[in-house]
Amino acid sequence: MQLTLEFGGGLELLCNSVKIHQVNVGTQAEGMKQLTMKHLLSWVRTNLIKERPEMFMKGDTVRPGVLVLINDCDWELSGQLETVLEEKDVVVFISTLHGG
Amino acid sequence: MDSNGVGETATHIRQEIASLQKTKAQIEDRISALQARLSSCSSEDGNEETNSSAPRHTETTFSGQLSADMIYRYSRHLLLPSFGVEAQANLLKSSVLVIGAGGLGAPALLYLAACGVGRVGIVDHDVVELNNLHRQMTIKFGQLNTWTMYNSYGFATHTAKCLLQIIHTEAYIGRSKVESAAAACRAINSSVQIVEHKEAFRTSNALEIMRKYDIVVDATDNVPSRYMINDCCVVLGKPLISGAALGLEGQLTVYNYNGGPCYRCLFPTPPPTTACQRCADSGVLGVVPGIIGCLQALEAIKVASAVGEPLSGRMLLLDALSARIRVVKIRGRSLQCEACGENATLTEQKFRDFDYEKFTQSPLSTSPLKLDLLPAEARITSKDYNDRISNGETHVLVDVRPAHHYKIISLPKSLNIPFTSLEQRLSEIPAALAREKDNKTDDASRDASLYVICRRGNDSQRAVEYLHKMGFTSAKDIIGGLESWAHDVDPQFPTY
Repeated sequence: MQLTLEFGGGLELLCNSVKIHQVNVGTQAEGMKQLTMKHLLSWVRTNLIKERPEMFMKGDTVRPGVLVLINDCDWELSGQLETVLEEKDVVVFISTLHGG
Repeated sequence: MDSNGVGETATHIRQEIASLQKTKAQIEDRISALQARLSSCSSEDGNEETNSSAPRHTETTFSGQLSADMIYRYSRHLLLPSFGVEAQANLLKSSVLVIGAGGLGAPALLYLAACGVGRVGIVDHDVVELNNLHRQMTIKFGQLNTWTMYNSYGFATHTAKCLLQIIHTEAYIGRSKVESAAAACRAINSSVQIVEHKEAFRTSNALEIMRKYDIVVDATDNVPSRYMINDCCVVLGKPLISGAALGLEGQLTVYNYNGGPCYRCLFPTPPPTTACQRCADSGVLGVVPGIIGCLQALEAIKVASAVGEPLSGRMLLLDALSARIRVVKIRGRSLQCEACGENATLTEQKFRDFDYEKFTQSPLSTSPLKLDLLPAEARITSKDYNDRISNGETHVLVDVRPAHHYKIISLPKSLNIPFTSLEQRLSEIPAALAREKDNKTDDASRDASLYVICRRGNDSQRAVEYLHKMGFTSAKDIIGGLESWAHDVDPQFPTY
């Protein structure tokens, strides 16, 4: 499945400072009928996060202070980890900023 | 360099600059005192503060709402069909509290004062520092001369001729940010009431300060303040215009407005402290908080004047580097929210007793962290280190700051191995020690000593702790890092 993943607010530092990733996440090999955010998070952790994974995830979800946006909508509105992704979805992971 | 005349030496010029700066500071003090007196006179009269040199036309009101001066001053707002007299009148009746007069607060304050918010409060306990000036400027009208012009009907109109300067200006270095910002706001619009709160915003004073305002602008720079300001807004039912900026990114949203979410609805659990970067450590491009601060002023104006759609339930994300702004939809008010949810029990008393530093595991004050990881014998002051190297001690100095910090300034002959790559580059240390030992043939029996330095003396301790584990048991950290070197050894050494 073709997805666009974006990292911001400093999270890009965990993936070699690259903000936008065009990725192809396989579903057949794992025998999955559909791709959920839960699967995508573990895929990101394995394939994109190069350092300090604890800065990205806590348990099976994102760490506190990270907003997840699927097609510019907070994932709280679509079912968080259970959200089913579709072809060409854009998923943004953004760490909240506190500076000023 | 070319010098004109015998008398004109650099020393003379410096003396004259110093003397002029002193006079300037005295005059500015006098102006602030007079302005304070003027504002107390006006509040006694029950009138709005007016420009002292302007004839007192202001009390005459046309159409029952705006005075002639106000119609002229705010004419461009009044000409907007979607804004107009009604919105301007709402604005003039409103009050906004800006917490933090830094990178976000300074530009926000400028526009809030200029646009005619009736009363603007400024909270900050900090003083102006030179390294703030790239982003924390508010515009100062150095001279506010009023002259009278006659239009074709023979009526006098008053125009202010203004000389633009930028502040917090260098003249205010070392003085309170609130004073500096207030002076700028008064100079830009003397008809706005500016209230100075020269204190840190804490649970002990927050309710009393915030209660007097309609709208709150969060222009602070740390996590505990953001939770504290949010909770105070929830308790008092005030809309919160929240902005943040770091590096080349900014974020903006309106909380606790019209049934929308609060900060805790979005972030019920505070982030780990390692995820909370500060501008003082990670850097920020000055214009980025400038943009976000201006957008905060815009949202405050919309809420105050009741026009447009405030950014509630949505968040604006700015990526300056790629010139992209996206506005995303965020969750609504959470029923489980501990501050504003259905079963929330937050009260004024609970708010006063809540420990925000403990909750977020980070300090409210922005003073940098001071670790104390090592025993005294594993540490050395910058002065002692200087004495030892002046005596020709054979040594290696490892600077563990990130490479881009090292490029700003470094001590001569230091070896830069950033803390994050210390593990993989460890072999460079014994190599450097051996090289130093070989260079000093006179005292071959003695090993080169190993010192570690960083910016403030925290990472150097972490590095020494690691080096001890790896067998470099004589490694010492230089207490207080390069900042202490600049403070105690070489005052000419640049700090950042």
